[in-house]
Amino acid sequence: MTYAEAVRDALAVALEQDPSVIVYGLGAPDPKGVFGTTLGLQQRFGQDRVFDMPTAENAMTGVGIGAALGGLRPVLTHQRLDFALLSLDQIINNAAKWRFMFGGRRGVPLTIRMILGRGWGQGPTHSQNLQAVFAHIPGLCVVSPATPADAKGLLLSAIFGEDPVIFLEHRWLHGARGETPAGDHRVPIGRAHQLRQGGDVTVVASSILSLEALQAVDHVAAQGVACDLIDLRSIRPLDWEAIETSVQRTGRLLVLDPGHETGGVAGEIIARLTTRCWGHLRAPPRRLAMPDAPESTSPALTQGYHVRAEHIATAIGELLGLQLESASLSRRSHPHDVPGAEFQGPF
Amino acid sequence: MVHPLDPGVSRRILRDMIRIRAVEEAIADRYAEQKMRCPTHLSIGQEGPAAAAGAVLDGQDLAVSGHRAHAHYLAKGGDLPAMIAEIYGKATGCSRGNGGSMHLVDEAVGFMGSTAIVGGTVPVGVGLALSLAIARKPGLVCIFIGDAVLETGVFYESAGFAAVRKLPVLFVCENNLYSVYSPLDVRQPAGRALAGVAAALGLGSSSGDGNDPQAAYSLLRTAADRVRSGAGPQFVELATYRWREHCGPMFDNELGYRTESEFLAWKARDPIPRLRQSLLSDGVIDAVWLAAVHDEIQAEIDAAFTFAEASPFPESSLASADIYSREMAPFP
Repeated sequence: MTYAEAVRDALAVALEQDPSVIVYGLGAPDPKGVFGTTLGLQQRFGQDRVFDMPTAENAMTGVGIGAALGGLRPVLTHQRLDFALLSLDQIINNAAKWRFMFGGRRGVPLTIRMILGRGWGQGPTHSQNLQAVFAHIPGLCVVSPATPADAKGLLLSAIFGEDPVIFLEHRWLHGARGETPAGDHRVPIGRAHQLRQGGDVTVVASSILSLEALQAVDHVAAQGVACDLIDLRSIRPLDWEAIETSVQRTGRLLVLDPGHETGGVAGEIIARLTTRCWGHLRAPPRRLAMPDAPESTSPALTQGYHVRAEHIATAIGELLGLQLESASLSRRSHPHDVPGAEFQGPF
Repeated sequence: MVHPLDPGVSRRILRDMIRIRAVEEAIADRYAEQKMRCPTHLSIGQEGPAAAAGAVLDGQDLAVSGHRAHAHYLAKGGDLPAMIAEIYGKATGCSRGNGGSMHLVDEAVGFMGSTAIVGGTVPVGVGLALSLAIARKPGLVCIFIGDAVLETGVFYESAGFAAVRKLPVLFVCENNLYSVYSPLDVRQPAGRALAGVAAALGLGSSSGDGNDPQAAYSLLRTAADRVRSGAGPQFVELATYRWREHCGPMFDNELGYRTESEFLAWKARDPIPRLRQSLLSDGVIDAVWLAAVHDEIQAEIDAAFTFAEASPFPESSLASADIYSREMAPFP
C-alpha cells in the first residue's frame, strides 16, 4: 500500500480498537481527506470521533491536551507543519511540560501530525521541516518515518503511547509504496532501522532523505563501496546506540538532514558522535542539509536546493577520498520539483 | 433569575472566603522568610468570585485556572497542605515541587491544573469539556480567567470552538482592572465590555459585582444551570479588585499605577464583611459560629505550614525525571 494508505490504515486500526481515539484537523473529513490519509474515516467511525475544526491551531492543540487529560487519545492533523507554528505555545508550554510541571502524575497522549511540503511552488511557508525546533524540547517525541510500514507502526505507537508525539509526514512520501503489515502493527519510538549494511561509511538519514540515500548507497555499492544506512525513524528520542555502533566500525559518518543546516539535527548528531567516538573517526564527519535559506516558490530557484541522491553519492566518495560516479543519478524522467511525473500540483 | 442564598450555601461561601484570605495572609506573613521561593500571586480582596463558583460547582465538575489560582484551587476543594508544600518546593507538594504556586493540581476534586501562561489553560478546559461531551458524561468545566485573557488569541479560538460545539463550559472571568500594572483602558477600547465581547462570540454572557458574593453566586448558578441544560458555553464577568501587588506579598500602591483612592474605594467593598454582616443580621450565623470557623481555619493553616516545612525536598535525581512516560524514560 502507499504511505498515505498506511497512515489511513493506522488511524482506522486505532479508531477500531479503542473508543477513546479521536481524529480531527482542518479538512479531516473533507472530500480529499488530507491527501487521502483520512478518507472515509468519519463515515465509518462517526462525527463524534472524526471531525473538522475551526482554523484555530493553537486552541485546537490545547483542546487535544484537555481531551487527553479527559481520557481520550487525540490525533490532530495539520496539512502543513508551517500551520502548526501557530500552536507552539500549547505544544511547548503545555503538552511537553504537563507531566513534568505537575509532578509526573500524568502525561498527555496527544499525536500531532504535521505534513511537510516541498517543491511545486510550496515556497517559504509551506515547505519547512522544523524537526530541530521540536526535537529541542524535552517532553516531546518527534518521529519522521520514511516507509509506509514505519508510518503505520510509528503512528500506532504514538497514538497508544503516553507522551505527546510530533509525527512528521513528508508530502512527497504519500505516494510511496511498500509492504505494510496488517492489523495493529507497532514500531517502537526511539529505534532506528538499518536499511543497508556495509563497513565503509555510516550514512544517517530520515524521512524522504532515507529514500534518496537508499538510491545513492545502492549506486555506490555497485562501485565497490559498502555503507551502513541508518534510517533514524525517530528524531527524539534518537537511537544513539545504532549510530555509535556503526561509526565505531566504519570510522566515517555522513549525516543527512531534511532541515536547515544551522542548529539542525545533523549538527547535534555530529557533535555527539565526535565527542563519544573521537578515537574511531578516520575522517571528519560530513553533513548534507537544506541551505540556511527559505525555499523559493520559483522552480528556477529550487534547483539544487534539496539534498538528492547524487549529492549523497558524491559525499560518500569524498569521505573515502574516492571519485565515485554520481552524475547518472541526477538524470530523472520528471521535473526536479515533483516526487514523480504523476504529481501535477496543486499541493 | 435570582437565586437567593440558602443558609448552607451562604455559610459555605463565607467560610471559603475567610479561609482563602487567611491562607493567603499566612503566605504573605511568611513570604519574607525566603523559604517559599517562587512567584506567588495572591487573591486577597478578590475572594468573592472563587468562593461563589466553588459553591456552584459539583464534585463531578472540573476546573482549570491561571497564575492567580490559590483561591480557585481551595474553593474547588483542593488539598491545602499539598498546595503549601508545593509553594515550598517540597516532594509532598501537589506537583512534587516542580510547579510551585502557579501549577496547582488536585484531580481527585476535579481541579485539573493551573498554569503560568495567560490564557494557557483555556483550550485545555475546552478540551476537557469535549471529552465530557464525547463520553456523554455529566458535569461541566469551569475555566477561571482574568480580564487579560480576553486579549489573548487563544481565548477567541477556544470560545469559538466551545460555541460551535455547544460544549459544557463555564467561563468565570474575574475582572480586576489590571494586567500586572497595565490598566484596562490601554487594553480595551472605551465602551467595549468584556461580557459584550463574549456575547458576540456566541457565549451566553452576564456580568455583575464579584465583591457581592450573593450576586456573584446568583449569576454563576444561572449560568451553570444553562450549561447543564445543554445551552452551550456561558461567560460570567465579575468585577473585583486585588489588594496586594501583582506578584508577591506586599502592597504596591506607591508605584503609582493605580490611585490610593481607587484602592480604598474597593477595600471598602470587601466581600467578606459584606456577606458576614448580612448573615449576622439575618441570623444565619452568629459570633460563636464565626469564632469556631476562625479557630478551625487557623489550626488547619498551622498544620499545613508545619507539614510543608517538615516535608523533604525532592531527591536531586528527580531534576531530570518525569519528562517522559516510563516507556520512553530509558532514552537519553
